[in-house]
Amino acid sequence: MIEQDWIWGLVGGLMIGAGGAVYLLGNGRIMGASGILGGLIDGSGRSTAMERLVFIAALVVTPMILIPLYSVEISTHVTDNWAVLVAAGLAVGVGTRIANGCTSGHGVCGISRLSLRGIAATVTFLVAGGVAMVVFRHMLGVI
Amino acid sequence: MRLIFSALAGALFGAGLFVSGMTDTRKVQGWLDIFGDWDPTLAFVMGGAILPMALAWWVTTRRTASLSGMPFPPRAEPVLDRRLIGGSVLFGLGWGLAGLCPGPAMASLSYGGTGGLVFLAAMIAGMAVSPVLARRLDSSRAAA
Repeated sequence: MIEQDWIWGLVGGLMIGAGGAVYLLGNGRIMGASGILGGLIDGSGRSTAMERLVFIAALVVTPMILIPLYSVEISTHVTDNWAVLVAAGLAVGVGTRIANGCTSGHGVCGISRLSLRGIAATVTFLVAGGVAMVVFRHMLGVI
Repeated sequence: MRLIFSALAGALFGAGLFVSGMTDTRKVQGWLDIFGDWDPTLAFVMGGAILPMALAWWVTTRRTASLSGMPFPPRAEPVLDRRLIGGSVLFGLGWGLAGLCPGPAMASLSYGGTGGLVFLAAMIAGMAVSPVLARRLDSSRAAA
């Protein structure tokens, strides 16, 4: 039995992949969220700042338009524990920049290119994410 | 033209995150939590995203440059180093802890409330200090 959520997941995934395809074939660049934002933050992407900003603006604005259009309750279930949010945010920010990629860059773009680094990074952060759930949810109970 | 492609790509990414439900941290954590109430949705999202991307990579082998004239990204040396693995471990821990990765974290500006903002601010701070940390890592390795 295939659940409806899975179908929406597949459809949304196809859209994300189509976005990556447009970015690659149009601009010759890898659509990696951490790289696009990180290059703006540390200045390494100054020469392509405009296209980075436009990408991020479109990424933020599109759900903003879609939410009222479909009049759905968006439930993000983001925790209200600030200590958890700050620790997690720092880890994600530092980790993705040191590893040079996140779920979109290493995961989607890297795996589809059969890149060894992309596959290794994806396996690593999936396992680490699973370990985080075991430790922080089942052992420590903080999330 | 490059800005149009950027806008289109960002819009597709944002719409895809919205449609797939990956804006919900509970679905992300549900996927990672294999010993809890496991939710496989994220695998469908990843699988769905890889299909058009694989096609796009195949197209790059048939063309000399992108539509805007920029060259395609070169393949990285297939070397697994400490930065790649160590950084990915750190990222994965944070990803599990909050259920947010960089794409949805940015998209959550439009719906994530205060919690999303706090995460995003911390993530940006982490990105700002990471070049310094990376240099430290590189120099400590050279000294060792």
